[in-house]
Amino acid sequence: MIVLDNIPSGALLLAVGVLFAAGVYLLLERSLTRVLLGFVLLGNGANLALLVAGGRAGAPPITGTDDAEPMSDPLAQAMILTSIVITLALVAFVLAMAYRSWQLHGHDEVQDDLEDTRIARLAVEDAPSYADSDTEETGVTLDEEAVTTRDEVALPDPVTEPRGRGGDGA
Amino acid sequence: MNLWTVQTLVPLPVLVPLFAAGLALALHRYQRAQRYISVVALSVVVVAAAGLVVAANDGPVVIDLGGWAAPVGVNLVADPLAAIMLLVSSVVLLCVLLYSMAQGIADGDDRTAPAPKDAKELRETLEAQDPDADETGRRDVLPVAIFHPTFLILAAGVADAFLAGDLFNLYVGFEILLAASYVLLTLGGTSERIRAGSVYVVVALLSSVLFLLAVGLVYAATGTVNMAQLAERLPEIDPGVGLGIQALLLLAFGIKAAIFPLSAWLPDSYPTAPAPVTAVFAGLLTKVGVYAILRTQTLLFPANEKLEAVLLVLALATMLVGILGAVAQDDVKRLLSFTLVSHIGYMIFGVALATQASTAAAIFYVVHHITVQTALFLVVGLIERRSGTTSLDRLGGLATMAPGLAILFFVPAMNLAGIPPLSGFLGKVGLLEAGVLDGSALAWVLVVGSVVTSLLTLYAVIRAWNKAFWQPCPDERRLPPSSPLPWGMVGPTAALVAVGVSLTVVAGPLYDYADRAARMVMDGHTYVEAVFPDGAPRGTGQSNEVTNDAEEDGS
Repeated sequence: MIVLDNIPSGALLLAVGVLFAAGVYLLLERSLTRVLLGFVLLGNGANLALLVAGGRAGAPPITGTDDAEPMSDPLAQAMILTSIVITLALVAFVLAMAYRSWQLHGHDEVQDDLEDTRIARLAVEDAPSYADSDTEETGVTLDEEAVTTRDEVALPDPVTEPRGRGGDGA
Repeated sequence: MNLWTVQTLVPLPVLVPLFAAGLALALHRYQRAQRYISVVALSVVVVAAAGLVVAANDGPVVIDLGGWAAPVGVNLVADPLAAIMLLVSSVVLLCVLLYSMAQGIADGDDRTAPAPKDAKELRETLEAQDPDADETGRRDVLPVAIFHPTFLILAAGVADAFLAGDLFNLYVGFEILLAASYVLLTLGGTSERIRAGSVYVVVALLSSVLFLLAVGLVYAATGTVNMAQLAERLPEIDPGVGLGIQALLLLAFGIKAAIFPLSAWLPDSYPTAPAPVTAVFAGLLTKVGVYAILRTQTLLFPANEKLEAVLLVLALATMLVGILGAVAQDDVKRLLSFTLVSHIGYMIFGVALATQASTAAAIFYVVHHITVQTALFLVVGLIERRSGTTSLDRLGGLATMAPGLAILFFVPAMNLAGIPPLSGFLGKVGLLEAGVLDGSALAWVLVVGSVVTSLLTLYAVIRAWNKAFWQPCPDERRLPPSSPLPWGMVGPTAALVAVGVSLTVVAGPLYDYADRAARMVMDGHTYVEAVFPDGAPRGTGQSNEVTNDAEEDGS
């Protein structure tokens, strides 16, 4: 029989808390690699939480064995296994994305939202967001700006500027 | 067990696209074969979904996968809500697939990517050198070999999320569709897509972790993740714990559905993707989040006035902030992304009122909005193709250049704004009626708010229509050389616009269906009884007797 232990291990709960705290902290970083590490920690934290949810560890959950000990809960472990696989796949994807970002820009930092930057700039200039005129153009579009925009962290550096199409359009 | 029962239909929308995705990937060298596979697979899904809509009319159709009985095994449940969502999404997916295929076939010149100049030149030289060369050298063109399998996996994930009968399977469905969406959003790996993709991926990853944590907490609190069993057990747990779990689930789904404070990622990331991808994301992905909210709010947490008040406030904020953002936009794609956020507010409004009438209106609105929003994004793809830009300042004169396009844009735009007698109007009237019936002060504020939002939507889309179609073209020299739009792209767009209009025609039966769907998820017993027939604690899987025996042995 599956027995849910009502009092989970304090150490495991503490570990979940620490993993989540560290994960959230890393997730707030700009660099994709650190964000990735944060996601890994968060994922492990969530998996550990699932393990805690499954109750105390016990005998292998196989019927027909004459084990006096109560069985451990197989469902929680099945869910953890699934989520580990999913996390692995997503980690691989984010790694690829970080690498591509490094290929293109020479760094893997998440850029600011273009529109936020534009609005902030216009607010400083005290200019309207757009001139609603049918004839005049209001300058570059967001798409065009996207090609050339660099955040302050992304100054072109001849040493780190990679091969290939790096720094495109610059 | 007889193989050819109505239950056979239930797993098809998940299985067929998954197998087809594998096949399409294996046959990546044969583009023609890939196209046939995807079209056939998604057509099968449409037919299966239509069958499920009919079958679910009498009550939810349940299948226990692998013969394992319900709370132990995983089950798929096609109740009317899931079936109608499945049908609309599969029709939309098929239309978008046909559109993207035509786009890929018609030319290698994908103007959907705001590519840097040098890359464009590079591609042009490549094309001049060898017009028949495969796409690998042209980075900003849809890599067709990956596109088809990924798109099919997205379809499977969406279907799995709709049909999931337990919370963990819902999580898996979300992960399948999100993983596919990450790939689709960053197709080609251009600089802008990687930038937009990073934000999207990180936000989606966070919401997934929150969802997984919520699943863990639900399991700790109730010892089950089966939704029918949760519906029975959640009312028995400590209300504080229940509130915490509900809030965490809402937070996770709220990020996916782009509800106001959690919506900032959407307008920045969607517009950079290729036009068909943006269209399918805008139409479906946020709606899967809305569906998850609908499902959990109605089935698992039927009455909780505190959170319903919070949801009402969030719905109002989503509507107003979204539409004010749309009014200020210069780019049509971003404008539409903001209206998308704004109109999520309407659906949340319906969910938050938590009456049968409001839920029915919300379901109707979701169905309407999926078709209309996708159609609009497809039309914008055509506009971009015709005039080379989506900036409202640069667009102009399209009414004379492409009159058909003007009609294709105008009809769904009016539908979105809710002009009578179109389906958008009917959905909004349903929501307003439910709000007035509720009668609380907050509900009245929302009624006013949704009317204002509707008017502002009208303003935003009319402004877009005036600038893109009505005003004279500001700079003729910028126009790409005139060429007729390929029928393969116009056809699916027109079909989707027609579906949007036909929703108005069939609004009566559809509204009845939505009402029945709302009744079945809200009455609290239809769903549970379908999963556990005859009050048995287990489903109908073949393992029933085995597990019962094992239990007797063990105890």
